[in-house]
Amino acid sequence: MDSKPVHFKRIAKEESWGYNRSTIDYIQNAAAHGLYEIRGLGAKRKVPHFDDLVFLGASLSRYPLEGYREKCSTKTILGTRFAKKPIELAIPITVAGMSFGSLSANVKESLGRAASEMGTSTTTGDGGMTQEERLSSKTLIYQCLPSRYGFNPDDVRRADAIEVVIGQGAKPGGGGMLLGQKISPRVAAMRTLPEGIDQRSACRHPDWTGPDDLAIKIQELRELTDWEKPIYVKVGATRTFNDVKLAVHSGADVVVVDGMQGGTAATQSCFIEHVGIPTLAAVRQAVDALEDLNMKGKVQLIVSGGIRTGADVAKALAMGADAVAIGQGVLYALGCNSETYVQNGAHFSAEDGYTALGTAAGFCHHCHTGKCPVGITTQDVILEQRLNPDVGAKRLKNYLKTLNMELTTIARACGKQNVHHLEPEDLVALTVEAAAMARLPLAGTNWIPGISGY
Amino acid sequence: MEHLTFDLAQRPLRELNQLLHTDAEAGKIGKVTVSNPDGAHNIAVGLNCPVEVEVIGHAGYYVGGMNKSASITVTGSAGTGAAENMMSGKVHIKGFASNGAGASAHGGLLVIDGDAGLRCGISLKGGDIVVGGSVGSFSAFMAQAGRMVICGDAGDALGDSLYEAVLYVKGNITSLGADAQIEPMSETDYAAVAALLQQSGPAFAAHDPHDFKRVASARTLYHWNADADQEY
Repeated sequence: MDSKPVHFKRIAKEESWGYNRSTIDYIQNAAAHGLYEIRGLGAKRKVPHFDDLVFLGASLSRYPLEGYREKCSTKTILGTRFAKKPIELAIPITVAGMSFGSLSANVKESLGRAASEMGTSTTTGDGGMTQEERLSSKTLIYQCLPSRYGFNPDDVRRADAIEVVIGQGAKPGGGGMLLGQKISPRVAAMRTLPEGIDQRSACRHPDWTGPDDLAIKIQELRELTDWEKPIYVKVGATRTFNDVKLAVHSGADVVVVDGMQGGTAATQSCFIEHVGIPTLAAVRQAVDALEDLNMKGKVQLIVSGGIRTGADVAKALAMGADAVAIGQGVLYALGCNSETYVQNGAHFSAEDGYTALGTAAGFCHHCHTGKCPVGITTQDVILEQRLNPDVGAKRLKNYLKTLNMELTTIARACGKQNVHHLEPEDLVALTVEAAAMARLPLAGTNWIPGISGY
Repeated sequence: MEHLTFDLAQRPLRELNQLLHTDAEAGKIGKVTVSNPDGAHNIAVGLNCPVEVEVIGHAGYYVGGMNKSASITVTGSAGTGAAENMMSGKVHIKGFASNGAGASAHGGLLVIDGDAGLRCGISLKGGDIVVGGSVGSFSAFMAQAGRMVICGDAGDALGDSLYEAVLYVKGNITSLGADAQIEPMSETDYAAVAALLQQSGPAFAAHDPHDFKRVASARTLYHWNADADQEY
């Protein structure tokens, strides 16, 4: 008697959760090439985020302020602990460190111009300070990185503040990376590297190890600048409570904490997705550390990593940050992942560029290739013309302006005359995870996991 | 121009560096002798003019850090990061130097009469370093440009991940780092070693350039994905 195999229609094409198509693709790529994937931008996976918090606007128990009329201050001062010349910003939204090399000179100029018009700061990045950025950015933060590419005392003296970079959220524990396609003659000369090589930066500073050394290094930078300029210390978010305490111990005026959603121009994707903690969890730990040391308000906190909207800014401030820094949001504002680029006032399709990279507008993360179809993360002389500095500056200014209006809208709704008066009490969480990480009550309850109730 | 004596036992370091940044840059001071340094950190950092500084005794971390144009001598030993990120000028340590001496120096000449610790010349970017004694492990790690002359021995992993910097070693090399290789000396190399020894002072004149080996990059790590897109 013949037995006929039973055919179950649905499970015949049921995708595995653990071994879905993208996992199979990953394994087979690894098997074919013996190499890991490198890409740009930040973590793509969903993690607890500021979206999981909401504000408790004023009602009967609180008075709101008139949304369009009443004053709501956004002035922000950073570096009040030791520096003779603290940084004064009109808004608490800054532009995060992104290098010339990862970005074109046109883009760096756009950032500087928009930030200056909005009264905020930009930050250099691995590879040194360009003339374009110093001239266009009124307030420029100069990074001191492990590689020390292009690092020199004249630029330290020309900077408005120094940021000692220990790590970044996209890759805490890893150094920078800039692939050969982007090591143009100018980039190579600035970094003292041969043209076209794949540059992999150091992950540790060459002249100090550990927080006690860092204290002396910071003192050196202070002596060099005659104690005028604020010293920031930037850490990628991991053991944030301890790292922030050590940064304060080392003498930082400002601590920058960059969560795992933070971007990069090129890093192993296993690093981007699997190392570091979400920004939401990091803010809470950073504020705890400052409060524990009685340093809240004395040492300022800048938070970065996935800050996109005015609501994100407001939530970071309410949780205790003094300012935020934005990298990827800034790039998207300039036109990253846009279907078109603008030249001579007209829009042109960038589709072919995305197709050549094997992607499409909305999905691109190919900053590492230097073939940015919209001319942002490139050193290519043709492609870089796709981002005109006038267009870039205008777009970024509009973006920063929008964020600031959203921030003040929320602050006024919470009855605050100053965005820095936003407080944790104004927030509740929508998920148990976010409640636990941010140490805020779950909406509609008094329950903070690990603190109150069951 | 004035020759000042600055007693660090009596006056704070801040005053010394301020003086070197303002009065020295204004051309009012030609030389400063620093007494009683007692291992203080950050002596004479960020100098920006051809002033002469002599530290009588031992210096702590970062002596002569980020120097431009000045000539700084330490009669004793120096802590971590002596002449780190120097741009030009000269720093001379007559005793020993600790870890990271001459780290990321872009220019100038660092002379160490004695031994240097770990990571001497790490991330070197164009400066020259001459060491009378031996250097510790991981020296010239990721050194990008510039030259190192080591009259004694070198520790483990010398020149790991070297770029275009060139190292000359007279003594024994415990081990070479990844991508570093010994290469034949050319006439240019002999001339370079001779000139650097000569610039470093009479104590170095006894060394014969012909006794030195040349270590440079094999350049196999310049492109990390040379095998990409190959189906095995």
